[in-house]
Amino acid sequence: MAERSFATEVQELRLRDGEEFRGEGILAVTKGLLQSGVAYVGGYQGAPISHLMDVLGDAQDILDELGVYFENSASEATAAASLAASVHYPLRGAVTFKSTVGFNVASDALANLASGGVLGGALVIIGEDYGEGASIMQERTHAFAMKSQMWLLDPRPNLTAIVDMVEKGFELSEVSNTPVILELRLRSCHLHGSFIAKDNRKPAFTIADALANPKRDLTRVVLPPASFLHEQEKVNKRWPAAVQFIKDHQLNEHVAPGTRDFGIILQGGLYNNVNRALELLGLSDPFGNSSIPLYVMNVTYPVIDDEVIGFCEGKRAVLLVEEGQPDFIEQNIQTILRRADATAKLHGKDLLPVAGEYTPAAVTKGVLAFVQKYAPELLDQDRLPTSTLPATDPRSPYAERIAPELVQGRPPGFCTGCPERPIFAALTLAQREVGEHHVSADIGCHLFSINAPFNIGATTMGYGLGSAGAAALNGKDTSSRPIAIMGDGGFWHNGLTSGVGNAVFNENDQLLVIVDNAYSAATGGQDILSSKADNPLRSTKHSIEKAVRGVGVRWSRTMTNTFKVDEMRDLFKEALTSTEPGPKVIIAQSECTLNKTRREKPIIARQIKEGKRVVRERFGVDPETCTGDHSCIRISGCPSLTIGPNPDPMRQDPIATVLDSCVGCGLCGENAHAAALCPSFYRTEIITNPSRWDRMKTTLRHRYIGFLQRGIERRLAGIDADL
Amino acid sequence: MTATTTSLPSTSLRLRPITMAILAMGGEGGGVLSDWIVAVAEKNGYYAQSTSVPGVAQRTGATVYYVELFPKFSGSERHSEPVLSTMPTPGEVDIVVASELMEAGRSIQRGFSTPDRTTLIASTSRTYAMPERTAMGDGRIDSGRLIEVALASSKRFIRGDFAKIAQDTGSVISAVLLGAIAGAGVLPFTREQFEEAIRASGKGVEPSLLAFAEGFTVAAKPAGQSIDITIGARPSEVPGEGPDPAEVQRAIENPGSLVGSRLQVQASRIGADFPAEARFMLVNGVKRTAEYQDIDYANEYLDRIASVTALEVHGDSSNILTTEAARYTALWMTYEDTIRVAFHKTRRRRFDRVGKEARIADAQVMQVREFLHPQVEEISDTLPTALGRWLLRSKAMNAIIYKVTHKGLKIQTTSVWGFTTLYILARLRPIRRRSLRFGQEQERIDAWLGLARAHAPADYALATEIITCQQVVKGYGSTHANGLKNFNSLMGAVPILAGDSRAAERLRNLRRAALADETGQQLQAALNASSMRSN
Repeated sequence: MAERSFATEVQELRLRDGEEFRGEGILAVTKGLLQSGVAYVGGYQGAPISHLMDVLGDAQDILDELGVYFENSASEATAAASLAASVHYPLRGAVTFKSTVGFNVASDALANLASGGVLGGALVIIGEDYGEGASIMQERTHAFAMKSQMWLLDPRPNLTAIVDMVEKGFELSEVSNTPVILELRLRSCHLHGSFIAKDNRKPAFTIADALANPKRDLTRVVLPPASFLHEQEKVNKRWPAAVQFIKDHQLNEHVAPGTRDFGIILQGGLYNNVNRALELLGLSDPFGNSSIPLYVMNVTYPVIDDEVIGFCEGKRAVLLVEEGQPDFIEQNIQTILRRADATAKLHGKDLLPVAGEYTPAAVTKGVLAFVQKYAPELLDQDRLPTSTLPATDPRSPYAERIAPELVQGRPPGFCTGCPERPIFAALTLAQREVGEHHVSADIGCHLFSINAPFNIGATTMGYGLGSAGAAALNGKDTSSRPIAIMGDGGFWHNGLTSGVGNAVFNENDQLLVIVDNAYSAATGGQDILSSKADNPLRSTKHSIEKAVRGVGVRWSRTMTNTFKVDEMRDLFKEALTSTEPGPKVIIAQSECTLNKTRREKPIIARQIKEGKRVVRERFGVDPETCTGDHSCIRISGCPSLTIGPNPDPMRQDPIATVLDSCVGCGLCGENAHAAALCPSFYRTEIITNPSRWDRMKTTLRHRYIGFLQRGIERRLAGIDADL
Repeated sequence: MTATTTSLPSTSLRLRPITMAILAMGGEGGGVLSDWIVAVAEKNGYYAQSTSVPGVAQRTGATVYYVELFPKFSGSERHSEPVLSTMPTPGEVDIVVASELMEAGRSIQRGFSTPDRTTLIASTSRTYAMPERTAMGDGRIDSGRLIEVALASSKRFIRGDFAKIAQDTGSVISAVLLGAIAGAGVLPFTREQFEEAIRASGKGVEPSLLAFAEGFTVAAKPAGQSIDITIGARPSEVPGEGPDPAEVQRAIENPGSLVGSRLQVQASRIGADFPAEARFMLVNGVKRTAEYQDIDYANEYLDRIASVTALEVHGDSSNILTTEAARYTALWMTYEDTIRVAFHKTRRRRFDRVGKEARIADAQVMQVREFLHPQVEEISDTLPTALGRWLLRSKAMNAIIYKVTHKGLKIQTTSVWGFTTLYILARLRPIRRRSLRFGQEQERIDAWLGLARAHAPADYALATEIITCQQVVKGYGSTHANGLKNFNSLMGAVPILAGDSRAAERLRNLRRAALADETGQQLQAALNASSMRSN
C-alpha cells in the first residue's frame, strides 16, 4: 500500500464527456490513457511518476470495469519488455518510469522493441527528473529517443495539451510502428490544473483476445536478417510516416507567425517559461499573445525539417531554447539549415546557459540578449526585469542581501522514527571499534547516510548496485573488507543477481547490509515482494534471507529489530571480523515508520475511543543533567531530537531537547546505552485508559515517592528563596 | 493555441498573475497550504496553478511550492485560460511564505523575497539545521540577524511564532500560515472564503479554524506590531533564554532576596565583597554548590572567587574575569557524578516537568524510565578514595560491574524499586567529599584558577580566556574524557602563548577548534599549525 492514497482523486477518472477534470498532471495522464482505450499499463515507481503507479493501484476497480490490465513491474526492464504485447497485437500499452535512470535499465528491451516496431500503440511515459528537486544525475532522455529511434513528445505544461498528447501519442505510434516517449517535466507531473474530459474507452482488442489468437511474425524478431530490415524500415518507412502524421495533426505549434524577421524555437515543455520571459520583457501577455514568432516543438524528436526551414525562411536569426546538454536539437537544426542553405543565423547555447535548468529567469536573460541583438527598439530599456540586472546592482534579486553563513543547507534526511537511522548509528559505533571501512552505498532512503551526522558511504552506482559497487574492492586477501548497503527495493529490482549472486560466484569478501523496511520506501512506500502487508492484488511476504541463501550465501543473519543498536553494532563487528569466505549478508528489518504510522494511527485512535488501554511512548531530556555537548545528536540526527534554550542561568550552550513530534522509537535510549552517552534521556510512557491495576499502582507509588520527595525538599529548605 | 494577435501588450496596463512561493520542510504541510489556496482561488473567480517538487525533498528537506493565481474576469469580460509559470522568477514574487526563519532567509538568498515587491510572511520559530544541532557548543544562527535581513529584503515582513500557535491550538502550521496570508490582506479573498476552504477540506476542521484565526490576528495587526524578537546580544534574542533582567538587577541590589535563610551570610558577602556584574552568577553559584554538597562547599566556592576578584585591579573594570570565574567554577565544582544525576532525577519538580511535557491528562497514567549505563570509573568515582582505587584495580569487580551494566540499566523512576535505588544513590552525598573523584576535581580546579591568577596581572584578557576554556569539559563518559583531554591541551598551550600580544585571541581560537569536533582532531591540527604540541 503506497504512502499516499488517491482513493478520492481517482473518482476524477470516471468523468464523462464534457465534464471538467481538475487535479494533478499525473492524474490527468491516467485519465488520458483511459480515454485512449489503453489495454495494459505497467511501470516502476520513482519520482516524479510514482503517483502514476499509485493512482493506478488505487483505481483497480475502474481498470477492472474497463478491462485494463495493470502490473507493478519488477523493474523498468520488465516494464519495457511488457510492451512486447503490442508487437503482434493491436493492443495499446503504456509503461512509466523515472527518466534516464529508468531508461538505463529499460534500454535493452526498448532497443529490441524499437527495432522490430509495434502494431499497437506503445507509450513510454517518463518523468524527466531534471533541475531543481531532481534526485538523479543530470542527463537527457533525448539521447535514448535518438539512439533507438523512438519519438519524443514534450508537450506544453498544460493539462489539455498533455492529455491531448497521450491520445495523439498512441496514434503516432500506430501509424509509424514506433514506440513513443511522452516526457513530463518534473513540475508538470505535480501541476494542478484542469481540462475537459472525454468518456473512457474500453480497449477494442483485449489481452484475452490476444491470448486466444496467438500470432507470430518472424520479420518482427530481432535476429538477422530481420534486424537489418528493421534499420531500413526505420529510416525509409517509419520516419516519413511519423513526419507526415506530426505535420498533418499540427502537433508542433506556431505563435504569431510571420510577424518579425526573427523568432524563437522552443521545446514544448519550456513554453510557459518562454512566455513568462517574453511577458517580463513586454513582448507577450499572460494569454500567450506573443509579439515574436514562436515555433513550439511539442515533438522534439524527430525534428521536422520542412517546418524548421519554413519557420526560418525570411528570418535574420532564430533563438533555440533547448534545455540540458548535449545540445542535440541545436546540432540537428544546424544540419537542417546548412543542408537547405538557409541564411538565418541560429542562436542557442551561445546566449543561453549550456547546462542547468531553464528557469524563467535563465530564459529571460537569454531572450533579452537575443532581442537586444536583433530588435532592441522593442524593449523598454528602463523597465527590464530586475532578474536580468547584474548581481552587483542593488536592485537585482541576486544582490547579496544575506550573509551566506545565515542560511545552511537542508538536505533530505531520515524521518523521525526511521528504522534505518539505528543501522547507521550502530555502524558508526562499530567502526569506532574496528576501524573505518570502505562503504559502497545504494539508491534509496538509506543513501541519506552520506550526509551529516553519519557521513557514511563513498559511492552510489545505481539502484540495487550497492553490492556490485564494491565488487572490485574484494576484501579476500586483505584485512579490511568493504561494506555494501542495499535496500529491499533495489534488492528485488536487480540486487539479488547483480550483487548477491555476483558476490557468491566471485567469492567476494564483503559485508552486505540489506535494509528491509517492508516497502519501496524512497519512492513512496509501494509494496514489494518482501513486504509484510497483505496485498489483495500482489503476492507479498517473500523472505530476503531465503532468497540470498538460495543463491548460495552461507553467512547471513536477519535482525528483526534494527533499534537494538548494541546488538546491531555487535553483529556488524562479527560480520566484519568473521573468517567465513564469500559475502556476509545482514538483513536489517524494521518497518518504515512513515508507513507504519499511517497504518497504525487510525487503529490507535479507534482503540482509545473504545476505552482500550493504549500506551504511547516519547523520549525526553533532563535539562539539569544535559551539559549541551550534543553527542546524542551526532549519532542520530533525528529531526525530533534538536536543541533548545538552556534553562540553567549559569550555562550558555543550548541543551538537547525532544520535540512533540517524537514517536518514541527508542533510538535515543538505545544510543545512550550503546554509546554510553549520558544519563539525561528518559522515556515517558503515557497510558490512556489505564487499567484498575495501573491506577492502584500509581496511587501507591505516588504516596511512597511523595513522602520521600518531601524529605528531599526539606533538606534543601533555606537554600533557594521562597517563591 | 496558434494565436495571431500581433500588437504589443501595453506595458502600463500589463496584467500579471499573483505569484506566491511557499518554503517549507518536508512533512510540514506546505502541500496542504498550497491546496487550500488553490481551492479558495478556484472557488472565487480565479485560475490557479500550483506546482511543487516532492520526491526526496519530502524526507525532511527544504521544499518550494509555487502558486500562481489569475482572475477569470476583468469586469464582465471573461479571460481565456492564462499561461502560468511553474517556477518562481527571482524579483517577481508577490508573496513569500516561510514556515521557519532560516527558510525565510533562504527565500531571500534565492531572490524570491525582494524589497521592491514581496510581502514576506514567516514564522520566527526555528527548526535547527544539522550543523547547528551537531555543534559541540552553541552553533545556532542568530535569529536577530535573520529578522534584520528579512525586514530589509521585503516590502512588508509579517512574522510571529506560528509554530507555537500551531502547537497551542493543537493544529498544524499550515493552518496558521493560511490565517496569516488571509490577515495580511495580500490575496483578493475574504476571511470567510478562506475559512470555507478549510471547512471543505473536512479534516481537523475545528483546530485548523482556531489556528487560522490566531494567524489572522497576528498578520492583521498594523505594521510594526507583529510579535518581535528583541534584537540584541545573544542570548536575549531567543525568547525563554538567558537570565531575567529583573532578577539580575535584584542580584546586584539585594542578593539576599534571591536566596533562602541558610545562605543569607553568603549573600551579604556577595553584596559587600564582589563587583555588581558578577553578583548574579555568584548568587546562582552559591545556591548550586550548596544544593550540590553543603553550605561549607558554598563558602569554599566564594573563597575561590574572592582570590580572583582581588586581581580585578589589572582589568578593564568590566569585572568579566570574576563573572566568568563565578560561572565556570560553580559549574566545575558541581561536576556531573552519579549522585548529582540521581538527585535531579528524583526531585518533585522534575516529575512535574516530565508530566507537563507529555501533556498528561487527568485520566492518564505516566511512567518514566531512565537509561543509565554506569561505567566502572563512574562507580569508583563516587566511592571513598581507597575503595575507589581498589575497585578500579580489581579485575574481578570490573568483570562483575561490566556484566551488570554493559547493556545499560533501565530504571523505572516512577516505580517503588526504581525510585528507591536512585533515592539511595542521591543520599550518598555526604561520602562524596571522601571520594576519589572529588579530590581529583578540587586539584584540577585549583590548578586552573591558579593558572588564571598567575597570568592576570600581565594579561587580563588571557586570564579570562583561561577561565572560559572550562567550557570544553562537558558530557559524560568518553565525551567527558575527550573534553578533559582537550582542556589539558589548552592549558598546556598557555605557557607557550603567554607574552604574545595576541595570546588571548589565539587561545580563543584554539578553544573553538576544541569545540569543532568530538575527537580533538581539529584542536591537534591547530596546535600543530602553531607548533604548540600538546602535553
